[in-house]
Amino acid sequence: MKLTVWTYEGPPHVGAMRVATGMKGLHYVLHAPQGDTYADLLFTMIERRNHRPPVTYTTFQARDLGADTAYLFKDACRQAYERFKPEALIVGASCTAELIQDDPGGLAETMGLPVPVIALDLPSYSRKENFGTDETFYQLVRALAKPMERTARPTANIIGPTGLGFRHRDDVEELTGLLSEMGVDVNVVAPMGATPTDLTRLGAAHFNVLLYPEHAETAARYMEKELGQPFTKTVPIGVNATREFLAEVGEITGLDPKVDESRLRQPWWSKSVDSTYLTGKRVFVFGDATHVKASVRIAREEMGFEVVGLGCYNREFARDIRALGKEIGVPALISDDYLEVEKAIEDASPEMILGTQMERHIGKRLGIPCAVISAPVHVQDFPARYSPQVGFEGANVIFDTWIHPLVMGLEEHLLAMFREDFEFHDEAGPSHHGGHAPRPEERAHTGGQPPAPRDIEEPKSDNLGSDVMVWLADAEKELKKIPFFVRGKAKRNTEKYAAEKGMTQISKDTLYEAKAHYAR
Amino acid sequence: MNKPSNIQSASCADAPVLKERGQREVFCGLTGIIWLHRKMQDAFFLVVGSRTCAHLLQSAAGVMIFAEPRFGTAILEEKDLAGMADAHQELDREVARLLSRRPDIKQLFLVGSCPSEVIKLDLQRAAERLTEEHAPHVRVLNYSGSGIETTFTQGEDACLASMVPGLPKTDARELLLVGALPDVVEDQAIGLLSDMGIGPIRVLPAARADGAPGVGDNTVYALLQPFLGDTDAELSKRGAKAIRAPFPFGEEGTTAWLKAIADEFGVDEATFDRVTAAPRARARKAISQAAEALRGKSVFFFPDSQLEIPLARFLTRECGMEAIEVGAPYIHMGLVRPDLELMPAGPTISEGQDVDLQLDRARAARPDLTVCGLGLANPLEAEGLTTKWAIELVFTPVHFYEQAGDLAGLFSRPVRRKEILAV
Ligand code: SF4
Repeated sequence: MKLTVWTYEGPPHVGAMRVATGMKGLHYVLHAPQGDTYADLLFTMIERRNHRPPVTYTTFQARDLGADTAYLFKDACRQAYERFKPEALIVGASCTAELIQDDPGGLAETMGLPVPVIALDLPSYSRKENFGTDETFYQLVRALAKPMERTARPTANIIGPTGLGFRHRDDVEELTGLLSEMGVDVNVVAPMGATPTDLTRLGAAHFNVLLYPEHAETAARYMEKELGQPFTKTVPIGVNATREFLAEVGEITGLDPKVDESRLRQPWWSKSVDSTYLTGKRVFVFGDATHVKASVRIAREEMGFEVVGLGCYNREFARDIRALGKEIGVPALISDDYLEVEKAIEDASPEMILGTQMERHIGKRLGIPCAVISAPVHVQDFPARYSPQVGFEGANVIFDTWIHPLVMGLEEHLLAMFREDFEFHDEAGPSHHGGHAPRPEERAHTGGQPPAPRDIEEPKSDNLGSDVMVWLADAEKELKKIPFFVRGKAKRNTEKYAAEKGMTQISKDTLYEAKAHYAR
Repeated sequence: MNKPSNIQSASCADAPVLKERGQREVFCGLTGIIWLHRKMQDAFFLVVGSRTCAHLLQSAAGVMIFAEPRFGTAILEEKDLAGMADAHQELDREVARLLSRRPDIKQLFLVGSCPSEVIKLDLQRAAERLTEEHAPHVRVLNYSGSGIETTFTQGEDACLASMVPGLPKTDARELLLVGALPDVVEDQAIGLLSDMGIGPIRVLPAARADGAPGVGDNTVYALLQPFLGDTDAELSKRGAKAIRAPFPFGEEGTTAWLKAIADEFGVDEATFDRVTAAPRARARKAISQAAEALRGKSVFFFPDSQLEIPLARFLTRECGMEAIEVGAPYIHMGLVRPDLELMPAGPTISEGQDVDLQLDRARAARPDLTVCGLGLANPLEAEGLTTKWAIELVFTPVHFYEQAGDLAGLFSRPVRRKEILAV
């Protein structure tokens, strides 16, 4: 038993729903109680789908348990087939139905439906949503894809995009364009947009592009073995990763990996003088493994950030992320415990978080800006405009997205110069973000009491060791003169320096000694 | 019973109820935790369930609460399913850890789910054991919000019902208001009743454990919500007397509800009129403005919150709408009869659901406004129907006079939007 407040991933049957809802002509009969129908709203509200997910829930009740829930399931199966006439059915159980052991797969098989029925075995009490997507897609591929003659022209399947994916819609479009520039046609995109019949044609492609390993790695390996299709190992998110990906495609197909880069602006945007303020920014990266890996590379190589913490919530990829952490000398956090992630971020006290919607909330609490890089998704992650993560346009989009929460270069200098000015005060925040509510501690100050000194980067400064370290009045005064956006770092470095020297008090001198010590 | 004056010759109370037993598209009772934990400020709701239950709570809350909320899910794992003794020990450990981290918690609800019910994890026994262990600081209660037993708002009913047996006994003649409403609305109700000289007035649930009301033979109570059937039964068992009335939605509902209480407490006509005249007039005016877009339009309710019947009464009688179907997941005839009696016969009253059949009926009827859950709203909008998400009706202050205009506005906004948008 494990106490959970917020979860990064839903149960595995939600993963199966993401595959089914992404596809066309497939229907999912899910043995589940009525409350599990909440999952529909993920698709209809967050993703703004204009169709109900193709899912029939048996919605058994307590009174059915003593009687015949198996009959209910068969009934639902028959009705779903008659009403929706799908090309194939997937059947399975949610957590509750798993306990009553009706064996949906076995039951459906006895019904003699005239379409393929694929049984899913998704252990609800040990696995999670990403396992559900990967396993469901794999089972579909295993049941439907067959070896066949390759297309005459070089073609690829794009595998991995699902319903409710982080920018999957636009990534597929961008990737399709990139491949076509190289002279590679797309054979099938799956699961997103594919019908079961399309899956039977997977074998015609020359290779597979494994776009999101979380959702299709098992299928990619299966197709490599059974259909003889190699798959790409680099996920083309970021400039360097995109170029590497194209080289990989070149190696597989023998085509020239040179494509038109005239739309790529990110490298110059990173090199232009305004971006000097990005250099060395300390970032914490957390999300699903694929987006974390890509983001760490972009952060270090393409933005000039310093990665001070990283991790992922999907245990399946723990090994990769640990290896990456080792490579860059930062310990990796593998956890789906929101509180543990919050603690790690607090300890690392980065200047920026690249995370999920969860970390965005953590950032709000800690006063640290955050850009979202990965699922779990929120309605904000489905913008109306085109905004891929993949390819060269993706690199442009990522640059804009990441700097959006920050105070921009020139503005940062102005804030420093005029920090005593009423308009340019420490809490003015980026001017492009509009209204800023006063911070809660600010609002609490009433009755003529002067506001206590406060540190914008460390609202919880007592957690940073200052409870044992005493700041003398002159040092504290000096600290306040340091621009707020580097004040947290200065404070932390000074305390660390003092602690190393065995001091318990910090004077103005200590502050400047530490500054000299850490000068770069 | 306090009968409303203008009863129709043939009302919905006499109409046959269409009972459906097919696939449902509704939340389970766990959802109530989202508003209950805001209302009861020293309570924690610990669901004993699966990852699905945790995910439901998170999805229903919209991940928009970024403070650490006062609810959580103890997720059952494979090893808990293997042996029962284990699960109880694990639960004790998680509870001890939670309570040591949250010393502000005075009431802990162990909330049962489908998995905990199916494996027959005895949460009542656990609650008794844990109460002993953590007395006197924390009181541990239990109820089930499972989807195999409860629908959406029934979770609040189960929660309040679980509190009733433990309420202190009192012989005082007190008015008890029952239902978890936003403070602003609750204060308005208490204000109106106090102005009539009625009191003392107590509320279930209280904001804090030490404010829990007493109950006994001299208690009279009025329900604020139509879904509190089990709580109603528990209060009767304690000897309290129910005041039945239409529910306080809209000007008419609020007046009828207040009048029933005023009569019970012997408030004279003049006093009643003096207290209610001004807010009544305001409510009427606000409704008539907001309802302009609704007059003459048809409405179709999918089952969701159990508020459907009182709301249909409000829309048909005060906003000039015509109801085609009023579906409720569950109908407590004893509680909603006064509302049904006010509605002229005509609409189909349905209980339970077979969602695909009901969608067929809605598509055939093409109502001007469809009230439904979040899973159905966008798909129906895409088919050209105008919808109102039912969940907003539970989260938003909509009871009593001052909110009557807002209530009409919740329904009229989608209708107006349809008229305004030109893309
Ligand atoms: S229906 Fe049951 S299993 Fe599903 S979320 Fe509700 S209590 Fe949990």
